[in-house]
Amino acid sequence: MSITIIYTIATLSIIGTSAAIILYFAAQKFKVKEDPRIDEIEEVLPGANCGACGFAGCRAFAEAAVKAPDLSELYCPVGGNEAMDKIASILGLESVKKDPRVAFIRCNGTSEHRTRTSHYDGIKTCAIAASLYKGETDCQWGCLGYGDCYEACDFDAIEMRPELGIPAIIDDKCVACGACVDACPRDLIELRKKYPKNRKVVIACRNKDKAKVALNACKVACIGCGKCVKECPFDAITMENNLAYIDSDKCKLCRKCVPVCPTGAILEFNFPPRRAKNKDKKELSTAK
Amino acid sequence: MLKTFSKGGVHPPGNKLSAGDAIEKLKLPESVFIPLAQHIGSPAAPVVKRGDAIKTGQLIAKSSGFVSANIHSSVSGKVKKVDLSLDSSGYLKQGIFIDVDGDDWIEEIDRSEDLIKEISLDRETIIKKIQEAGIVGLGGATFPTHVKLVPPKGMKADVLLINGVECEPYLTSDHRLMLEKADEILIGTRLMMKALKVEKAVVGIENNKSDAIELFKEKTKEFSDISVVALKVKYPQGGEKQLIKAVTGREVPSGALPVAVGALVSNVGTVFAVYEAVQKNKPLFERVITVTGKALADPANYKVRIGTPTSLLIEAAGGLPADTGKVISGGPMMGVALQSIDVPVTKGTSGILIMREQESKREEAANCIRCSRCVDVCPMSLEPYYLKLVSEKQLFDKAEENRISDCIECGSCSFNCPSNIPLLDFIRFGKVTVGQIVRSRKK
Repeated sequence: MSITIIYTIATLSIIGTSAAIILYFAAQKFKVKEDPRIDEIEEVLPGANCGACGFAGCRAFAEAAVKAPDLSELYCPVGGNEAMDKIASILGLESVKKDPRVAFIRCNGTSEHRTRTSHYDGIKTCAIAASLYKGETDCQWGCLGYGDCYEACDFDAIEMRPELGIPAIIDDKCVACGACVDACPRDLIELRKKYPKNRKVVIACRNKDKAKVALNACKVACIGCGKCVKECPFDAITMENNLAYIDSDKCKLCRKCVPVCPTGAILEFNFPPRRAKNKDKKELSTAK
Repeated sequence: MLKTFSKGGVHPPGNKLSAGDAIEKLKLPESVFIPLAQHIGSPAAPVVKRGDAIKTGQLIAKSSGFVSANIHSSVSGKVKKVDLSLDSSGYLKQGIFIDVDGDDWIEEIDRSEDLIKEISLDRETIIKKIQEAGIVGLGGATFPTHVKLVPPKGMKADVLLINGVECEPYLTSDHRLMLEKADEILIGTRLMMKALKVEKAVVGIENNKSDAIELFKEKTKEFSDISVVALKVKYPQGGEKQLIKAVTGREVPSGALPVAVGALVSNVGTVFAVYEAVQKNKPLFERVITVTGKALADPANYKVRIGTPTSLLIEAAGGLPADTGKVISGGPMMGVALQSIDVPVTKGTSGILIMREQESKREEAANCIRCSRCVDVCPMSLEPYYLKLVSEKQLFDKAEENRISDCIECGSCSFNCPSNIPLLDFIRFGKVTVGQIVRSRKK
């Protein structure tokens, strides 16, 4: 009886030990050499796997980072400069700083400004609606409002606002990954430079039609009059195809263009109220 | 046993309300908007400018590429402007606005009703005349006819099929045209046969138009090379590939042109336009359009000038009914809902269908129950449920692999789905996107 137990224990011990020895040598032989820095970098990255950097996920970005000779081609917009600094110090490379960006939907055609002229009965996605017709309003450039951007956002940074008919970006949540930019079939969403306190001056319109057509479709359309271009002291505004555009990198947030816009297509966000004199002027110009 | 195509197909109710109404001429509109993109291919380039006085039949926009077509004025008057306006595509498109001041035709057009039987012109002149007249496929695809008549090198057609199927419910314009212009259609067929250098032509007509079949059987007695085939009623038999299969038994391979199997299909409306262009020098500026709908007071077939606003047709047919839900350009299966009734009729408009509120409502879609009825009815042997899925998920490489580009957008799958899933809406989106991807790859 006792001899059986001894044999059993002895056999198992021999099998166990020999397996351990084989495994040890196999592990030595087939060892996968992985840069330990990959794990370190992955730790620093946000881990959202959003794809904003152009790689399949954070791990893929980390693998690319350890191989890259410098960091000029690589940037994680979600982690921002902070994360990139850490990565640079892990790799011993020089960090590349970029201005933080934030997405903006360049359409202000809310139900108040654009009247509905038809009823869409099809599948409620922007991509399909845009492949069929110009949309429920007369503006063939503006937001369709079925929320493809909302679906694309992994960071809950877009709210749908059904009462207005167009979504809005929540600046503090937006990480500028660009998923919504790709999702919008009307190319309305743009990543703009992020200023302190989320301040911005933007032309919330993409309508390239002539003034009459544009205004018929939407009360707050850009009509391409060019007043803002003349007003801007920093050459930040350009005009192309009846549509003005403010370059967010050149804009100094002086707000001079806002009151001169006859249709109110230029919007300012998160500024303190203007002084009384300027305010009168603005009201006068929008009343025209 | 009557012939038909073998795969798939559905049987929607015919509803040919206006089959007994002779073609009437619609009064001239006060102004027309003639879009520059009325055909497949590049839009025509305008050759008139604001303020020009023009006559009916005068060239106003020139073909601007290999696949493109001329456009002629459908009225006489003054060019108001060349500008954007809404057309049936749902987007603002360039077009020519003309204020109508009468109906003064250019002198070259022979306006008499006499039938000209002799075909004196040679092949090249016939094709040139067709090209100059701006003729495109009037069955709905609007492919320029002169391009079709010159097959790619190394291919040769041996049979011309004349499409008198009109399988789309409600529409009767081709049916009426066959009854009223049979002689012209047969001479037009001869002209096209000469242009194509084929010895044989077959007119395919569905069995629900027995009067047209009898008439054509009678008339073709003096045309030994043209025969008539009665086809079993089944949608979408009017599709090019389905008609070829039904009449000749040949199957067009995936992605190939019909001429690859030696056949060429042309709609009766196109053939009639060819007759008018070659024998009467008349460019394509008017066509027969069915105005129909169950709630409409007087469904009818009108000969309409291109560019006439849709509202004028509806007015003539008794006005827009109070409970209108949708106004559709085309038939109920393949037509597109119009956004506004000010949209002009174009070369591709075969009918205007007014749907009542109740008829036009979509049933709420339920989940796919994997019954495969969409697969059963697909005339192109596709798997609509799968194509819908990959289009919805935007997996366009999978969609391409599964031949999404072969879809003829007949809508049989959506029609037959017991869960009311709008399959075609998704597939059409996938097809358009795959088409763009394929084109960008070629560049």
